[in-house]
Amino acid sequence: MASPLDAAPAWRGPYRSYDIVKEVAICIAVVAALATLLTILFSSPDERPSTIAQWARVQPVDFLTTATAELDGSSDTAGYGPPYNHAATGQVIGPVQLQSWLGVSHPIDTAADYVLAPLATIPNDPLLRAQIARYLAASPAQRRAWTDAYTTALGRATAHGTAVLVSPAGAGPVAPMMASLLSLAQAGGLDGALLTSRQFYQTDYTKPLLFMADGSLLSDRAQAQHLLGEQWGMMNETGSYPGQVWLWLYTFWYQIKPFSTSDNADALVWALMMALSLAFVCIPFIPGVRSIPRWIPLYRLIWREHYRAQAS
Amino acid sequence: MSIGEAPRDRSWTARLRTRAEHALPPEKLLPDRQPAYVASWIYVFGALTIAALVCLVASGMVLGLKGPAWWHVTGIGRFFNGVHLWSVEIFFFTMVVHLWGKFWMGAWRGGRSLTWVAGAVTFLISIAAAFTGYLSQQNFDAQWISTQAKDGLNSVGIGAFFNVTNFGQMYTFHVILLPVAVVLLTAWHVLLVRRNGVVPPYVRALADERAVGEERA
Repeated sequence: MASPLDAAPAWRGPYRSYDIVKEVAICIAVVAALATLLTILFSSPDERPSTIAQWARVQPVDFLTTATAELDGSSDTAGYGPPYNHAATGQVIGPVQLQSWLGVSHPIDTAADYVLAPLATIPNDPLLRAQIARYLAASPAQRRAWTDAYTTALGRATAHGTAVLVSPAGAGPVAPMMASLLSLAQAGGLDGALLTSRQFYQTDYTKPLLFMADGSLLSDRAQAQHLLGEQWGMMNETGSYPGQVWLWLYTFWYQIKPFSTSDNADALVWALMMALSLAFVCIPFIPGVRSIPRWIPLYRLIWREHYRAQAS
Repeated sequence: MSIGEAPRDRSWTARLRTRAEHALPPEKLLPDRQPAYVASWIYVFGALTIAALVCLVASGMVLGLKGPAWWHVTGIGRFFNGVHLWSVEIFFFTMVVHLWGKFWMGAWRGGRSLTWVAGAVTFLISIAAAFTGYLSQQNFDAQWISTQAKDGLNSVGIGAFFNVTNFGQMYTFHVILLPVAVVLLTAWHVLLVRRNGVVPPYVRALADERAVGEERA
């Protein structure tokens, strides 16, 4: 039951004239003018998006390393779990596994989707087809040995422009497969191949975005634009714009323990924010919290003229 | 019933009209007077929030009518995107000031709990609306935000049906579903304010002021 001190009896005192339509009209004019002025002064940010072709040209070694990880199933996406695959159970909140409750709704087979299927679209290359057939016919252990050897070789590789100098000893068919994939990507073919894998019209960028996110290009650009998680992440905007500052509390939890060091940080932060959001909505019904404004009487400032008039 | 007497209408329409007229008579819906205590700049921030909502919806409609890629390639498109962006920033700034003001007034008192709930839910839905806007930008910011935000949404199962890397789905949420929700919730919030009136001051403070006055006397 609410305290009688929180009561708000119907007002029986004096009234003053008020023009609600005029107030709203003036407010619209003021806000429109302010937004226009800010636009003239600061415009809006628009950093061009990254493409897989750009990634393959600017960071060819990183592209090849990521593509090899997609092929052998060691990339972040390959081991992600729901909603992309069954490689892991995902994050948990105590005994609750919300991440897996709706299963795999956006299936991604990283080897097939990012490497094998795009390579299969390259026409008139019987040597490449033979290498793919050799790879597919090999045992899982043999495939792993090839991809491990190629990944090791990439660690010593150097890029000269868009070309990569690598000594892929023991990499078997993986080396020529990846060389072909790099050429396809640098020509822009992989951007199209990942987008049009189902139909002509396409709005779902899940596959190319996750592929790029497994590499370094996006995170390198994000770091330069102060967008990484430890830089308060996505609440920031590219450039010096205010961004989504209203997400400060959500982003704040990622900066402190135990969230900053937990493998279940996302699930824990989301659970906490959902609980806080519910409490925020229910403030009028929470004893104690609903009385805070009475205990810390800032309302005296808001209604100072009223109290002054009443007291006199 | 005699000749010339109108039959007592028990239709749903008549009942709804009667109920609406009873809850919100014209003088409540469009008031030309307010209690004397409504005399602070803090009260303006509610109207400013609605004004910002009008500006961002109007600029968003221009952007939507020309398509999501228009603002990247034309100067006038970039201008309207700027107005849209800054209207959103003003919208959240004024809404947060309005929200804090209402909190310190204890604006839920006197049977106004639902007014607070409607406003608070509007704030949360607005965050989702703005978030999908950032995902619909078709630039690097949208790429980065989507690849980062997916982990949080996936971790609690929401990502299975709300895929932040699906531009088409996010654009639909941003230009139709969430704006309609924000506008309807705002309308509901305003109607509740008009029906219940602005919360009066705490009575305890008045008693304290009188006590201080008596001591001085």
